[in-house]
Amino acid sequence: MSSTWRTADVVEARFETATARTLALQFPEPVSSIGGQHVDIRLTAPDGYTAVRSFSVAGTLPPTGLEITVEELEDGEVSPYLVRDLTVGEQLEMRGPVGGWFVWQPSDTSPVQLIGGGSGVVPLMAMVRSHRAAGSTVPMQLLYSVRGPSSIIYRGELEKLEASSPPLPVEYVYTREAPPGEPVGRLSPATLMPRILPPAADPAVFICGATGFVETVAAWLVEAGYTESRIKTERYGGTGDGS
Amino acid sequence: MGIISSGFRGRRNKDQPGLPPGQYLTESFPVLSAGPTPRIDTAEWEFQLTTETGQSHSWSWDEFQNLPQEEFTVDIHCVTSWSKFGTRWKGVSLDTFFQDVDTSHPYTMFSSYGGYTTNLPMEDILNGKAWIVHQFDGEDLEPAHGGPARLLVPHLYFWKSAKWVRGLRMMDRNDPGFWETNGYNLHGDPWLEERYW
Repeated sequence: MSSTWRTADVVEARFETATARTLALQFPEPVSSIGGQHVDIRLTAPDGYTAVRSFSVAGTLPPTGLEITVEELEDGEVSPYLVRDLTVGEQLEMRGPVGGWFVWQPSDTSPVQLIGGGSGVVPLMAMVRSHRAAGSTVPMQLLYSVRGPSSIIYRGELEKLEASSPPLPVEYVYTREAPPGEPVGRLSPATLMPRILPPAADPAVFICGATGFVETVAAWLVEAGYTESRIKTERYGGTGDGS
Repeated sequence: MGIISSGFRGRRNKDQPGLPPGQYLTESFPVLSAGPTPRIDTAEWEFQLTTETGQSHSWSWDEFQNLPQEEFTVDIHCVTSWSKFGTRWKGVSLDTFFQDVDTSHPYTMFSSYGGYTTNLPMEDILNGKAWIVHQFDGEDLEPAHGGPARLLVPHLYFWKSAKWVRGLRMMDRNDPGFWETNGYNLHGDPWLEERYW
């Protein structure tokens, strides 16, 4: 039952960037998740005060664990604690995983284009990992928009995936600061289209990021002739006031 | 008592009256949707109500605008845990649309431009509980927030307030809509925390 709370042990914590941290959670019983799902995390203060927020699952640790990656939001209530203060060995409460729409199933047979902005890459990475774990031969590629190289979450793992066989094609868009030789600037239809699977491939498209990013990219894809019903979107950490 | 996080303090804006369990207050207006935002021309917009006999009642944009308009202020609650107090809307009560409609079915399925659906019992949409709205905070409703017109059912979680609404049909059973088949509760009362299956 996804709506009941269960207790997780935090068994590992590692920084992905200066502001994003991955937490590995272990449960007393098996837990499974489809790539793209989210969980609710509940924190309880010593006086009983509680706060709940949703976070995307980043990957599974079969059979009894999963990982979430949390981006610290300025003025957030829950994310600063999870990124800065929580220590390995503590416990958390979790509800889920939930969600049956923004998900990729290993049984899916169509090509997949993932498009992530900032920490919106997290649920997409869960799809990438699920794709690898299943040995799926369906083409899957990622376009990842980041402020700069130091903002790339899962950087080492993505490099390995790009170099593996078969490779996971990853295209980076740098919006503020780029490595030498790479352009800097916001995404435009002209820079986006040549770097993703074409409309003729009729890919399943998953877009996740801040609201403005998702709205803009989804509208471009519809304009460019991608099948509207095959574009799935999720706003991530985009509430503007932190969480 | 749940698991204690000894270093956690929290922001503690939750003792506010009017805030359902597990919710926090936000000043912004987050956008949540499942796919691309449809762009609908009001010249082509139509709202259609279909009964169990197959009879259809439909309203063009101009006809919709000429129905009795209500302006009201309500709190809204999203299943992703944010709540927003004092949102100001303008639109037409569902009671008005149902005035000349003959039906005995107890459930409805609303549908939207773009394909979204959500199920609602009649008892949750009549008697001043739901509206088709076209203005937010004195301005025409933006496409990202469901414009030109959305359903508003403020006493239930906000996914029930279907954006880009285009009609509803009567049902004798409470069949699930889009989110209701994708992990979310069939009803969605925030005061009972009816979030998920």
